[in-house]
Amino acid sequence: MMKITVALAAAALGVTAVAEPALAQANEQFLPALVYRTGPYAPNGIPFADGVQDYWTLLNERDGGINGVRIASEECETGYATDKGVECYERLKGKGPTGAGYFSPLSTGITFALTEKVPGDKIPLLTMGYGRSESKNGAVFPWNFIAVGSYWTAADVAIQHIAHELGGIANLKGKKISLVYHDSPYGKEPIAALEERAKLNGFTFKAIPVTHPGVEQKSQWLAIRQDRPDYVLLWGWGVMNSTSIKEAAAVGYPRDKMIGVWWSGAEPDVTPAGDQSKGYKALMLQHGAGKFQVHADLDKFVVSKGKSVAKDDYAQVLYNRGVINSMIGTEAIRTAMKKYGNKPLTGEQIRWGFENLNLSEARIKELGFEGMLQPMKFTCQDHQGADVARVQQWDGKEWKTVSGYYKADLSILDPLVKDQSAKYAVEKKITPRDCSKES
Amino acid sequence: MIAFGQFLEVFISGLLAGVLYSLVALGFVLIFKASGVFNFAQGSMVLLAGLALVRSLDWLVAKGFPMWAAIVAGLMFAAVIMAITAFLVERYVLGPLVNQDGLILFMSTIGVTFMIEGAAQFLFGSDVYPLRLFPTDAWFLFEGSFPGGILVSKIDVWGGVIAAVLVAGLALFFQRTKIGRALRAVADDHAAAQSVGIPLDWIWFVVWLVAGLVALVAATVWGTKLGVQFSITFLALKALPVLIIGGFTSVPGAIVGGLIVGAGEKLAEAYLGPFIGGGIEYWFAYVLALIVLLMRPQGLFGERIIERI
Repeated sequence: MMKITVALAAAALGVTAVAEPALAQANEQFLPALVYRTGPYAPNGIPFADGVQDYWTLLNERDGGINGVRIASEECETGYATDKGVECYERLKGKGPTGAGYFSPLSTGITFALTEKVPGDKIPLLTMGYGRSESKNGAVFPWNFIAVGSYWTAADVAIQHIAHELGGIANLKGKKISLVYHDSPYGKEPIAALEERAKLNGFTFKAIPVTHPGVEQKSQWLAIRQDRPDYVLLWGWGVMNSTSIKEAAAVGYPRDKMIGVWWSGAEPDVTPAGDQSKGYKALMLQHGAGKFQVHADLDKFVVSKGKSVAKDDYAQVLYNRGVINSMIGTEAIRTAMKKYGNKPLTGEQIRWGFENLNLSEARIKELGFEGMLQPMKFTCQDHQGADVARVQQWDGKEWKTVSGYYKADLSILDPLVKDQSAKYAVEKKITPRDCSKES
Repeated sequence: MIAFGQFLEVFISGLLAGVLYSLVALGFVLIFKASGVFNFAQGSMVLLAGLALVRSLDWLVAKGFPMWAAIVAGLMFAAVIMAITAFLVERYVLGPLVNQDGLILFMSTIGVTFMIEGAAQFLFGSDVYPLRLFPTDAWFLFEGSFPGGILVSKIDVWGGVIAAVLVAGLALFFQRTKIGRALRAVADDHAAAQSVGIPLDWIWFVVWLVAGLVALVAATVWGTKLGVQFSITFLALKALPVLIIGGFTSVPGAIVGGLIVGAGEKLAEAYLGPFIGGGIEYWFAYVLALIVLLMRPQGLFGERIIERI
């Protein structure tokens, strides 16, 4: 009874859920997890958090940790709120024998706030597929790692896919493309890249904001019904995604002309809308749902031993993304251990690991991620590592991959990265690093 | 003609959305009318009622119950959960605070909000749970007069019908029943009501139960519209301007306030939004409320309070 009372009180107050207590032992690498298992974005936050945790458990159970250094972790509930995210960061950054190894807040708002803090604390920020797009530039953002793809990558790939469906890039001319976006730093991120593309390819671009949390979109979709854009890009999160799909269905907008970003392309985004979601497309942050080689190990060492925190979300899109997030983070630590030794490392040492991380095809296969990811390589200058994405479509029961890999057009995006990061450097009085002089 | 058709479409959808806000606002009005407490927890009560309904419904359907039986049993289960909540709130929160200042009672309902939100998600889960009790497609009216017709969502119309039935039922309850009159007496003065033999604990239990049942009704409509999920709690923020406009003590005021907020915010989003960046409907409702506050602080239908100094 006491246990239930305490658990209820904890749930009611939205306080931390401790996955595996941080014991602060000398030979443990402490990895914090900023999660949201409650609140409006919990349906999307939970599977990601489960994937993150399960992969760490896999390494501990199968390999005894990273090169023998066990992982100690602790979750902190942010509720997707920036203020709580910063509070969690402050609470966890100093834990463990060497402090937090890296942070992954799964929130662009929290990422914006922590980008200001991590240089002082010397802790890397792994923001896989979200955060500041210009943070690809490691010379200006030494502590941010926007691994796998940015929102600008996503915007560019979405336009390339539309061009492919229309029969060529020239056919974009004169078309109307609208962006329905979450009115937050996250939702606003792709606008710069899409405006650039609109100028270049001659289509009309319209950005339509939806206020948090996105449950009221009727006016926006009535406007779309009148305007009849050729395509609608969806940059939503949580409840906003399924609401958009339902509203699109209500106004008769074809779902197969909607393309969501990779944060609008998971199971919780489509299942609440039922059959109305059929035909809806979304970008893939390279991977999709389903089991791959790594899941065989997860089954054997985590799930079958009753140590998985996942329930129905196992091997779903966001669960797999959490697994990949942990793999990239721990591979960065493994890389750093080659230089600093097999012991708990500091954030600064792990940053070196990120900047020298090379996930080759062979290594991806060895880790069990073949079919989920393409090779990627990070450098001092390039903190993104990859610029490719695919497109998937919901058939009413599951996601089907409907395209090959598109590579974002770096001749458009790199100048944007350079320009925006230079502005950031001036604003924050940052002297960019000279990567040619760093080893 | 297209422009007028578009205006009509936005206006009608706004009015219907407003009725759905009223469904939530009604719960606030009930408790305020009967106890003078502004119940901040009404949004979380909608979440709790919705989760209890949808989770029990899913469980019963999975066990092979016919849909109609599952719906009836699910509604009964959710009603029991709301009754337990009403009992706990009266016994452990409001009961010990009898005769305290209104602000203290209000603060206590903020605490109740966090407890209900956390407990509801802990007991029933934090996922999005689809609820399909009403049709969600749309009618297209006057297609001969306007190209593409005027779109009217069926779920919104269902919401309107349910709200009308609720208002009629609540009006009868307050005006024609002994408990209704006792509720109004308690609202005027806790101590005076107690002194003439009205059992305060029972009255508060009844009013929180009725508010819980109104929350359950709101959850059936909003749950069908959005899926039952945490975001439903944000409806409380939508109900606030509705109450300021309509008045905290008036059931018809909650409906009229809802219509004004719904139509106002949708028209503002459609016609003002493009000029000032869009995404304005959330705060626009509060602008409307502010205007009413300046001109008629008790709301359009609220009781004018005259206090002797």
